Amino acid sequence: MVHFPMAGLVVFPLLGALVSLALSQRWRTLMSFALILALLLNNALLLLQFYSQGMFNEAMGNWPAPLGIELRIDGLALIFSLMSAIVASICALYAYVYLRPAQLKLFWPFFWFLWVALNSIWLSSDLFNLYVGLELLSLAAVGLVALSRDALSLAAALRYLFAALLGSIGYLLGVALLYATYGTLSLVELSQHFSLTLSSSVALGFMFIGLLMKTAVFPMHSWLPPAHGGALTPVSALLSALVIKASFYIVLRLWTELSLDSAPTSAGLLMGILGSAAILWGGWMALHQTHLKLVVAYSTLAQIGYFMLIFPLLSDTNPHASHLAFQGGILMLLAHALAKAGMFLAAGNLLFCTGQKDLHSLAGLSRYRPLNIFAFGLAGVSIMGLPPSGGFNGKWLIIQSAMLQSQWQWVLVILLGSLLSAAYIFRVFSYTYQEVEGGDRFKQPSPLLEWSALSLSVLSILLGFASMLVLDLLPSHSVVTQ
Amino acid sequence: MNIMSLLPLWVLMTSFLAAIVIFLLPEERHRLRSTINIGAAIIKIGLIILLIRLVAQQETPEVSLEVLPGLSLVLRADALAMLFAGLSSILWLCTTLYAIGYLENAPNRSRFFGYFSLCVASTMGISLAGNLFTFLIFYELLTLSTYPLVVHRGTPQSLKAGRTYLAYTLSGGVVLLVGVALFYAFAGDLAFGQTAQMAEFTHTSPIASAIIFLLLIGGMAVKAALFPFHGWLPTAMVAPAPVSALLHAVAVVKAGAFGIIRVVYDVFGIELAWQQGYLLPLSLIASFTILYGSWRALQQTDIKKRLAFSTVSQVSYIILGVTLIGPLGTIGGLVHLLHQGLMKVTLFFCAGNYAETLGIHKIHELNGTGKRMPMTSAAFTLGALGMIGIPPVAGFISKWYLGTGALAAGMDWVIWVLIGSSLLNAAYFLPVLYRIWFLPQQGQWPHESFTQWRDTIPLLLIPALITAALSVAAGLFAGSDLSPLSWARLIVIREYQP
Repeated sequence: MVHFPMAGLVVFPLLGALVSLALSQRWRTLMSFALILALLLNNALLLLQFYSQGMFNEAMGNWPAPLGIELRIDGLALIFSLMSAIVASICALYAYVYLRPAQLKLFWPFFWFLWVALNSIWLSSDLFNLYVGLELLSLAAVGLVALSRDALSLAAALRYLFAALLGSIGYLLGVALLYATYGTLSLVELSQHFSLTLSSSVALGFMFIGLLMKTAVFPMHSWLPPAHGGALTPVSALLSALVIKASFYIVLRLWTELSLDSAPTSAGLLMGILGSAAILWGGWMALHQTHLKLVVAYSTLAQIGYFMLIFPLLSDTNPHASHLAFQGGILMLLAHALAKAGMFLAAGNLLFCTGQKDLHSLAGLSRYRPLNIFAFGLAGVSIMGLPPSGGFNGKWLIIQSAMLQSQWQWVLVILLGSLLSAAYIFRVFSYTYQEVEGGDRFKQPSPLLEWSALSLSVLSILLGFASMLVLDLLPSHSVVTQ
Repeated sequence: MNIMSLLPLWVLMTSFLAAIVIFLLPEERHRLRSTINIGAAIIKIGLIILLIRLVAQQETPEVSLEVLPGLSLVLRADALAMLFAGLSSILWLCTTLYAIGYLENAPNRSRFFGYFSLCVASTMGISLAGNLFTFLIFYELLTLSTYPLVVHRGTPQSLKAGRTYLAYTLSGGVVLLVGVALFYAFAGDLAFGQTAQMAEFTHTSPIASAIIFLLLIGGMAVKAALFPFHGWLPTAMVAPAPVSALLHAVAVVKAGAFGIIRVVYDVFGIELAWQQGYLLPLSLIASFTILYGSWRALQQTDIKKRLAFSTVSQVSYIILGVTLIGPLGTIGGLVHLLHQGLMKVTLFFCAGNYAETLGIHKIHELNGTGKRMPMTSAAFTLGALGMIGIPPVAGFISKWYLGTGALAAGMDWVIWVLIGSSLLNAAYFLPVLYRIWFLPQQGQWPHESFTQWRDTIPLLLIPALITAALSVAAGLFAGSDLSPLSWARLIVIREYQP
């Protein structure tokens, strides 16, 4: 089977990390963008290949699976890899314009390590490789948060670090227990022998607690708002759009590959309850923030809640409905990545104009920066789950799945959550429509900054029309009955 | 033929592309923006005429795109779609002209006209939607694109109105979403017009069917301003006059009314809805809204508020017509969709003219305006007479068909509703006309501008005159093949003779 090497997805960003540490400032930026192009191309080629060929594996350095590092690409991995490529390249472009040279110097290596970590998580099918990816990801993310160098974000970064380390310990403990029981770390082998005994339940419990902590699922979320809200704008976008998805992705992988849908329903129910609490609490808190970026950060908390609602809806009794929930969840994850990155970038531009963080300072901006407000609004449409948008399509599928399985409580939560998100997004909107005395004293952001925000937001809307392109990548039958 | 089947898409695209271009234009390119606006509106009317001719020849051009597994966006031009699309396209042109005049020298025109075009694009989407899913998408898009227009002035008052507007419409949207989702989950993916399958579903699970009907109608009722969901409409009156005209005559309330028409005729089918007893409660609520709206209108002292409550009442005529089984009632409801649009847009244009030219907002300030602004006042008078139902203005035709339709459906009590409401209409419009024409001017006008013009500037006056003329023509030439009445008949013939 001939195929384009997917190793590029890991090798290129690694190369980027080396280059950005070694080269001079000018070359660092130049090479970084060259490598970004290479990565985009690599993703596009893999996509074409995937449409014609389907899933494939690759053993790095030709060492077979139990010994070597095996990379596996299936539809889900490809979707996440594409998602990170799109969001990361636009954020990099934004960062290049937005950051001061001193900040940019530190930004590149962290950025590249972040990307290595993300791609290795999407492609690994081995519990220990996943752990390595997670650790690298956390360290790079903490480094990025600390870039802004004010006391508040340093405190936030430290808090983030502790939470992430705690999460890693939980995960590692679980992995060790599983290894002790089954003697393998490969997900594929594990799924063949896995049975839900007491010890493996405990192991999974540890792993899930760790992973959910890194994802900032309610009630383990309190580290997220200061970290995401306080970081530099392109960093906030990367963190909210991509980083939290990585640990969630592992949860999803474990759940589907170990067939946890046939586990007692109480596990799924618990996930659903946590998700519901996150939706309502995150939305409520977002509604009561006075700082723009904190509104957006709390909105991420609420959105994570929606992803959690996949789990109670994955069941082996109704494969069709279960598959709908899975598809809807993936669409939501993707739409959130695009929309939230777009929203953070747009919010960052607004704060750049006013030079303040407060919502009240936004008065008059809808007149001064209509395009940027439009970018914020479009991203908001997807976050609120209003049509036409990727967010709406995801929500629709999840609602359909819940209705078909008569799990009405989730429908109710989703609808309440939508109303809450509409409330906090239009609240921001209405501040920008206010008019105050004293005229406009705004700085003008570079057009490139506004267009990068807009392009991400527009993509989240276009996803509403092109959802089939994404869903076609997923297995057409239920993942559950594989 | 391929190009022809893409026509529905192009009808939508003309205003959508116009919106995008306008958003990208710098604020100070006023002339270019106006040209694009008017050009797009005229092209759209041309496309709609082409479509109407196709539809009259029993064709239904259709475009569809699969957006989710087994779920498609469908734009389809059937006879009913063309009724609403035709109305919207004509009124869009008039309102655009009016808005260009109204907002001359105002700030933020780029933003205003951008969302304005987006709003029309959503209205076109609503009229051309070929299934409930598509309808839902454009219905929500309409909410989103009208919000910036309601809060356009940025005053605390308009921001508050915007909040009220959103609270009502988004909650309505959620109810509709549940209804549509239930429909797809249980009744299946049915396009408009597949009423036979719906009948089958209703017979196997009558309760689910009733719940779906309730949710769909409940969701639409918010925009149609059916009692008790009418509260947003008078509040939204703080918006600029062209927005009120657009919201009240064309886009928002009509989207709700049109949705109810679709649900009754093309989702459930009127026979089924009648047999299941869904229609009687709806006609009772509509009747109550008709009387209640008129009663509240009588108490208002603000011109735009009185018109707003009048809209609450008038839109329910459409819904009342829908609930009367039999061709005559249906004709009455459908034709009133157009007639009310024409007459109410005239009235709002005139109210805007009084406010812009003389600074008049209250009814008691209108004394003697007939001498200062004879043309505007004449247009206002025609609109008001039409609302009361005096021939030959179009409103008479609607009421005639509603009345005979009610008798044919065996619901004689509706006649009393019509009579009562007409009396109330007369009670709140005739004193206004009396002030305009027969009472002398009292002191200075509150805030006079455009003194060099005998009436008001042409861009404000001409659209009002056009729509006034159209509402008279729709009544006078109701027998002609081109009238709204004939088109409503065509729809009804196709509905009752499958």
